Amino acid sequence: MAMAQALPNDGVMRAADGTPLKEALARAQRSDRLKALALVTPLFAFIVLSFLIPILVMLYNSVYDPDVAENLPTTVQALQQWDGKDLPPEEVFAALVTDLKNPKTDNAVALLGKRLNYEISGMRSKVVATGRKVKALEAGPYKEAVIEIDKVWGNTETWATIKRSSSVYTPFYLLAMVDMRQGVDGSIEAVPADRSIYIDILIRTLAISLFVTFATLVLGYPVAYMLATTPQKTASILMIFVLLPFWTSLLVRTTAWTILMQDGGVFAQFLNITGITWVLNLLGLVEGAPQLFKTRFATIVAMTHIQLPFTLLPIYSVMKTISPNYMRAAKSLGGTPFYCFLRVYMPQTLPGVAAGCLLTFILCLGYYITPALVGGPTDQMVSGFIASAINTENNWGKASALGVILLIATLILYYVYNRLIGIDRMKLG
Amino acid sequence: MAVPSYFTTGEKVAHYAVRVFVGLVLLFLIAPIIAVMPLSFNSETFFSYPMPGYSLRWYEDFFFNERWTGALKMSFLIAIATTILATFLGTIAALGLSRANFPARASVMAVLISPMIVPVIISAVGMFKFYAQMGIAGTLIGVILAHTALATPFVVITVTATLSSFDKTLMRAGASCGAAPHTVFFKVVMPLILPGMISGALFAFVTSFDEVVVVLFLASPEQRTLPLQMFSGIREMISPTITAAATVLVLFSTAMLVTVEVLRRRSEKLRGIAT
Repeated sequence: MAMAQALPNDGVMRAADGTPLKEALARAQRSDRLKALALVTPLFAFIVLSFLIPILVMLYNSVYDPDVAENLPTTVQALQQWDGKDLPPEEVFAALVTDLKNPKTDNAVALLGKRLNYEISGMRSKVVATGRKVKALEAGPYKEAVIEIDKVWGNTETWATIKRSSSVYTPFYLLAMVDMRQGVDGSIEAVPADRSIYIDILIRTLAISLFVTFATLVLGYPVAYMLATTPQKTASILMIFVLLPFWTSLLVRTTAWTILMQDGGVFAQFLNITGITWVLNLLGLVEGAPQLFKTRFATIVAMTHIQLPFTLLPIYSVMKTISPNYMRAAKSLGGTPFYCFLRVYMPQTLPGVAAGCLLTFILCLGYYITPALVGGPTDQMVSGFIASAINTENNWGKASALGVILLIATLILYYVYNRLIGIDRMKLG
Repeated sequence: MAVPSYFTTGEKVAHYAVRVFVGLVLLFLIAPIIAVMPLSFNSETFFSYPMPGYSLRWYEDFFFNERWTGALKMSFLIAIATTILATFLGTIAALGLSRANFPARASVMAVLISPMIVPVIISAVGMFKFYAQMGIAGTLIGVILAHTALATPFVVITVTATLSSFDKTLMRAGASCGAAPHTVFFKVVMPLILPGMISGALFAFVTSFDEVVVVLFLASPEQRTLPLQMFSGIREMISPTITAAATVLVLFSTAMLVTVEVLRRRSEKLRGIAT
């Protein structure tokens, strides 16, 4: 009481220590917020440093391309004056010889050859051979001498390619992903048919993902319906059939399919016993036992098996909330069971269908392990090509450009998913 | 469950057709996993039935051959280290995120769970290049850090979910009884969110224990984990030991499933949600 009397009586609400209540609250909230930030900062910093920055750096490689600019510095400078019509003048050839004679690092010439090889077939060995042979050239004129070493240098297109690649930033890899390239004059044109493979890969990835999503929906919807409508006791037993595969690791399930799909393995035996092989032979679709291992069929079967719970569970949890009264009401109004199901029940399950299918589709886009183990060379998806770009070609630009496309597609779809469902409510089990 | 007597013939047919279809789909789900198990007791080195004899030689190989035991130990080492790091970082971040009016919560959350969203091949390739420049590619630390990044989103999500129904007045009650903030945390908050933390930790463990793509890029031969051993085993030459390994892992994940389910029920009981 004594304290309250000491405070000025101006109608402002005050805390016990005399500061206006508004200010005290703001202060308390500020310290609360700081505490919250302090708790989140360690993980936030960890994710940014160990995860986000590495990915951004990698994606940067899809446009950052210093191989030509760094390894042919004087040639690139000399080429700036060149108009691109005839062969470049003598200075350019002299510059090329200087650059090739004084490589910046031991593997500079090899790097240059590898980079130019992406645009002109066979360029790798030609550049390396030229790099070796120019060492014998004592004095100019270099133009004829260099063309003498390899007539590829007498080709305007070679020089146009070098000039085009001379910037450290390039649209080359990203354009290549849609089977486009910069022409000699800098305009964008389609890649010749024998070199265009990327659209194929993207379409294949989309097609496999769509097919698997569709298959999981067709197989999963009735199961979800059954799980949601049978009595709890039966449902929990049936649920084990869904959750056990869901919890078994992707690698183990892929392993299982690899073993079952072996030539003459269990799946082939199953086809024989059930007479499916016989029917297929009768229809003339295959001769003898069908080839299973390393085929598109095996890839799709395995992926459908792995993704089925992901599609099924969100549908199930939505169906669980639908009251049976709606169907009863619809039937009592005279609808046929099928009509009632179609017009009353099914529309209510659509949010679950959207959630399940979207999740499965997103996850399918990024599949790597399963196609790599069960599929053949023509069944590899975008992820598989990213892996082989690095493991077998050491082509970071290509891997990064494919990564950019895969990541953008994934992020857009997750954005949609988040708007529809909310990402932190994703079903974890 | 018998068909109600008022069903028409068409309804009866549809009813049974759905059941048969569902039965086949459930069989499709479980059969591949079950079918592999007996093959692990095969006495011969092929993968089809009928088996000529039974033997435990593949289990002997799995549990006593250095190649497999070393991989198993390495997997446990990496997964346990990952679990401890991820659970610690994830839990404190979830505690911060669930405070009232956290600034830019949605954006921060998006960053924190991004490792779960980015396709794993992109994560693997990106981390491989960056970690190589930092000099930690091909080291144990590198693999553990990468796995921790991949595993924390699961901890953040499970603990945040547990905290969303946590009664915050309990913390004030604790404080008003004179407890210091850390006492309130360990005596009041932690016992209540422990089921969420443990299931988050289990998710983290499983994420690391099953992970193969990042290890494929980031690990040197010294960090040969069990999934990596299986992956390269399948690629090069399939040994029936893989069926033994698969069987052990299926049993392991079943145990995990049961544990998480028990914890979920317990957590809901503790938070007063009737099931």
